[in-house]
Amino acid sequence: MTPPGSLLCAERLHKAYGPTVALDGAGFSIHPGEIVAVMGPSGSGKSTLLHCLAGIVTPDSGTITYDGRELSAMNDAQRSALRRSEFGFVFQFGQLVPELTCVENVALPLRLNGTPRKEAERAALSWLERLEVDDLAKKRPGEVSGGQGQRVAVARALVTRPRVLFADEPTGALDSLNGERVMELLTEAARATSAAVVLVTHEARVAAYSDREIVVRDGRSRDMEHAI
Amino acid sequence: MSIGHTLLGLLESGPRHGYDLKRAFDEKFGHDRPLHYGQVYSTMSRLLKNGLVEVDGIEAGGGPERKRYAITDAGITDVEQWLATPEKPEPYLQSTLYTKVVLALLTRRDAAEILDTQRSEHLRSMRILTDRKRKGDLADQLICDHALFHLEADLRWLELTAARLDKLREAVTR
Repeated sequence: MTPPGSLLCAERLHKAYGPTVALDGAGFSIHPGEIVAVMGPSGSGKSTLLHCLAGIVTPDSGTITYDGRELSAMNDAQRSALRRSEFGFVFQFGQLVPELTCVENVALPLRLNGTPRKEAERAALSWLERLEVDDLAKKRPGEVSGGQGQRVAVARALVTRPRVLFADEPTGALDSLNGERVMELLTEAARATSAAVVLVTHEARVAAYSDREIVVRDGRSRDMEHAI
Repeated sequence: MSIGHTLLGLLESGPRHGYDLKRAFDEKFGHDRPLHYGQVYSTMSRLLKNGLVEVDGIEAGGGPERKRYAITDAGITDVEQWLATPEKPEPYLQSTLYTKVVLALLTRRDAAEILDTQRSEHLRSMRILTDRKRKGDLADQLICDHALFHLEADLRWLELTAARLDKLREAVTR
């Protein structure tokens, strides 16, 4: 049953890649503005769960409801539009477009939504300021460090003011100090904009920035808030 | 932590009253556990007896006499030795958690559940420390980091144990 007030909710998700079962009845729910860590060992199904929740991967069975709408009832174009306008993404490696400058990278999601260039870049610059990397605006991703690039990626993920931010091991490629700063800035910015954050991580120090955690093991999930 | 050595170290910058020592200790080191006055005075009388401090002066006031303590040369040597001696690493073998996991396996209970519940409890503490760190100064951050790294080490052991539960079950029930 969908918990009352939840923004994104998944129930009884099953997903197999050939003979390999990735999800075996997993569930998930998140409220607006909440930060939920998805934990579990490598290969447990964490990333598959995130990809299903974000509408990137279609589960074999089960339901995913976003803001009262069934993801499975949408076609590819509708899911794609949802991802562009309502969701933001940060991955382990920034995945910035190497040919564009940092400010152009951050402005890109707004440009894809039809925002004029000047307006998009003005908004992008204010997000770069917020993430303390506005001095890198004119640099290309190849000219900045891993930690700086990840801050640019966080700015890009939040520039459209998404209602859900999906972060898959966002500090996985960073050292402790940089990882910590990225998490501080990411969670501060998400809280300031009331974005819900689905935070996939196997690191406890990263999970400690969440409000609660669910544990995925062998494709099944366990919500620890209701476990104790 | 050795309270005696810490108080001695604080005296190295100049003589102080017991009350000043307590205040300095609480400010720098007593974040969670401020010293009781009784602890300060009993520690100072022990240091006095062992010749590591001396009474530098006594102020008579309306209340009880206030002694001002100064560190002696022997006290300075003692602090120096303490600082130079490494702490014994404690491996925590046979921890309570290990015992619980093995007992659960022996009695055919759900050991994974014990580990999940413990992870959740550790994370609860880590969230509090992370929040305190975010709001605190650099000293707070370093103290919280120390605690966080220890909790994280426990969690790494916990994850590894969770991954090896089947093997452990075989080993302990053989």
